[in-house]
Amino acid sequence: MNFETFLFYCLSAILLFAAVRVITVRNPVHAALFLVLAFFTGAGLWLLLEAEFLAITLVLVYVGAVMVLFLFVVMMLDINLERLREGFWHHLPLAVAVALLMAVEMALVVGGKHFGLALSAVPAHPAGYSNTKELGRLLYTEYVYPVEIAAVILLVAIIAAIALTMRRRKDSKYQDPAEQVAVKRSSRVRLVRVQAEERQAVQAEPGE
Amino acid sequence: MAFFQELLGPAWPVVWGLVKIVAIVAPLMVGVAYLTYAERKIIGYMQVRIGPNRVGPLGLLQPIADGLKLLFKEIIIPSGANKFLFVLGPVLTIAPALAAWAVVPFSPDLVLGNVDAGLLYIMAITSMGVYGIVMAGWSTNSKYAFLGSLRSAAQIVSYEIAMGFALVGVLMAAQSLNLVDIVRGQQGGLFHWYWLPLLPMFVVYLISGVAEINRSPFDVAEGESEIVAGFHVEYSGMAFAVFFLAEYANMILVATLTSIMFLGGWGPLFEFAPFTWIPGFVWLMFKIAFVLFLFLWFRATFPRYRYDQIMRLGWKVFIPITLVWLLVVGAAMQTRYAYLFH
Repeated sequence: MNFETFLFYCLSAILLFAAVRVITVRNPVHAALFLVLAFFTGAGLWLLLEAEFLAITLVLVYVGAVMVLFLFVVMMLDINLERLREGFWHHLPLAVAVALLMAVEMALVVGGKHFGLALSAVPAHPAGYSNTKELGRLLYTEYVYPVEIAAVILLVAIIAAIALTMRRRKDSKYQDPAEQVAVKRSSRVRLVRVQAEERQAVQAEPGE
Repeated sequence: MAFFQELLGPAWPVVWGLVKIVAIVAPLMVGVAYLTYAERKIIGYMQVRIGPNRVGPLGLLQPIADGLKLLFKEIIIPSGANKFLFVLGPVLTIAPALAAWAVVPFSPDLVLGNVDAGLLYIMAITSMGVYGIVMAGWSTNSKYAFLGSLRSAAQIVSYEIAMGFALVGVLMAAQSLNLVDIVRGQQGGLFHWYWLPLLPMFVVYLISGVAEINRSPFDVAEGESEIVAGFHVEYSGMAFAVFFLAEYANMILVATLTSIMFLGGWGPLFEFAPFTWIPGFVWLMFKIAFVLFLFLWFRATFPRYRYDQIMRLGWKVFIPITLVWLLVVGAAMQTRYAYLFH
């Protein structure tokens, strides 16, 4: 066993542990944090395959942005374990069926005979080879149309999500920064010349 | 060195790596200590005060006294807190602040890990810093701390995008993700540094940098006046000190990155005689000090931003500016003015 294999087994063990904990811990915040650990370890595994661009992007996008937003939402949940466990037995048969199906699918893919994964080693490459540059070249030459279509689909999804969730209230108030910046002294302050008045003798009223 | 190499045998690379890490982290910690001193002195003078002047000559031992004081304080863990995450919070805040230094070049040869994807690594690692703050705020089980961490998470995620786009401009100009190559691309003095062709991005990066490290005027995460101290309200002693160290280490990191990406790294101000006598490392220190001074100056000058204004600035001003400038740079590189951009 060389050092790389050792690292691989270490990372895999951590990854499996984290992934199992994601679905077994009670507290959703802990689950989200274990998911972060799983992503981070997964990135480590990719680094072993010399896919440094993908690994770092995984950390940058999923750990750095997606999971932060996820955590943001989960943190604000009212964690009521009784309600979370409600209906567990009711949904169990369907969940087990789906889980078994997924397990079989994964076994087929990882088993390798039909998908050829068993043969995929780290490819040899010439000196001065840059993983990032190669990926960019492929994405923007050979696969430019799929990339652009995927981008458009994502854009549509973003716009749809915003359009579906945006509520405009009639009585909501907002500020227009351009208007605020353009404010002149004359629109805020009015100088009033108050005429001096003659002092009137104050008469004390009886009874006060 | 050959003697040690023989003595330690196969353990030598590990030991040598650790020695190099210590050689980066130890001066960094000293830098953090004296940055707090500099901050108090500079803001003091800006506000016509003297600043710390009691401990040691000119108050120079003040940061050490502060550190010792915090070291001897009790760490109080609130009874309702999630103990594990409460302790993990400060650790996860300082770890990325230190880990990012692994790829920072101090001179052409003086770099711990000269990796090709250095810029990506920096972006990925610095985006991890928010977890410490979020965890600290949530695990404290206090409303003030929680509000602070929510604000901080939203703010950091928003400004990271603008920061990332600004760095995309740098990598377009340098045509490399390697930090050493990025500095090499800026050789030739003041007017060859990327701050000039990428001026809008330089400004966006500098301001987003201030927002990323939760410094004034973007320090709503700890807004003393409304949420007491934000995410670290319940932290005391060394646990608090670690947050403090992380904040200042991050300041130095952002200043260093700004110097490397936009201010020519270790390159001298002008490429002729009196300027080239000063070694590159010293030039880099000058530039870092200059950017740090800007941060302190901001803090002494600007009032704190209102929360909605922070969001507006990040999403509606900075991101469009960087996107437009990306287009400008990309288009200009196809014309005969391409030489201006690299």
